[in-house]
Amino acid sequence: MIPQVIFGYLSVVIVLTSILVVTRKNVVHSVLWMLVLFLHIAALFLFLNAEFLAAIQIIIYAGAMLVLYLFVVMLLNLRQEELLPRFTVFWPLGFLLAAGLLSLLGLTARAIIRGPSNIYTADVIKQTGHLGLIGRVLYTEYLFPFEVLSVVLLVAIVGAIVIAKKRLKS
Amino acid sequence: MVSLNSYIILSMIVFAIGVFGFLARRNAIIMFISVELMLNAVNISLVAFSYYLQDIRGHILVFFIISIAAAEAAIGLAILIALFRNKPTVNINEINIMKW
Repeated sequence: MIPQVIFGYLSVVIVLTSILVVTRKNVVHSVLWMLVLFLHIAALFLFLNAEFLAAIQIIIYAGAMLVLYLFVVMLLNLRQEELLPRFTVFWPLGFLLAAGLLSLLGLTARAIIRGPSNIYTADVIKQTGHLGLIGRVLYTEYLFPFEVLSVVLLVAIVGAIVIAKKRLKS
Repeated sequence: MVSLNSYIILSMIVFAIGVFGFLARRNAIIMFISVELMLNAVNISLVAFSYYLQDIRGHILVFFIISIAAAEAAIGLAILIALFRNKPTVNINEINIMKW
């Protein structure tokens, strides 16, 4: 009974806050609702035995990225934008496309067939620790994608600085 | 015990809301936020699958997705600042300088 109640609360809050995120006119309100959404998604990760992912969800998404968004929103002067209507003239088309996509995905959700289970049960995770297991798989099986990812992050840092800085007068 | 399908349906609803926000909003920052919403929906379904299949590889994929999302947010907001310097608006209807 208790898992259903927790899941029901989390899913209702996640759906409501995501609707609020895409419909608020003020971007700051939108970003703050996004914070509530991320905290509840982190709680959902905890509920699914992924405590390390819950931690990095809070640290990276809520701690770093939303602060970056808020910083940019405060940096830009968006007073003029708030006077305009919030949706484009094509928004019914967008709504129809999203609803069609949802119904299509819902049809596929009924046809899920479970594959064979692996060895990482809740007991194994409890014994070794989630971080230990993730680290072991990440640094053996996924070592090359991990290194590629570090290069991607380096390119992103340098690219963001190069794009955003003022052109120097030579 | 919550069934796997509940998680998948929750993830689909959040993904569809993100698609709607990306297609319908005028504000470029909200469009970026909608992309983040879609990535988070995929994260929910990956973690749910890896819980029910008792596999940890889904968590690795979520780890990668979070890093890519951080890189994407940094680059996107830098482009937005560069754009705002040339033309002080984030309204996508007015950002048509590269339109043929």
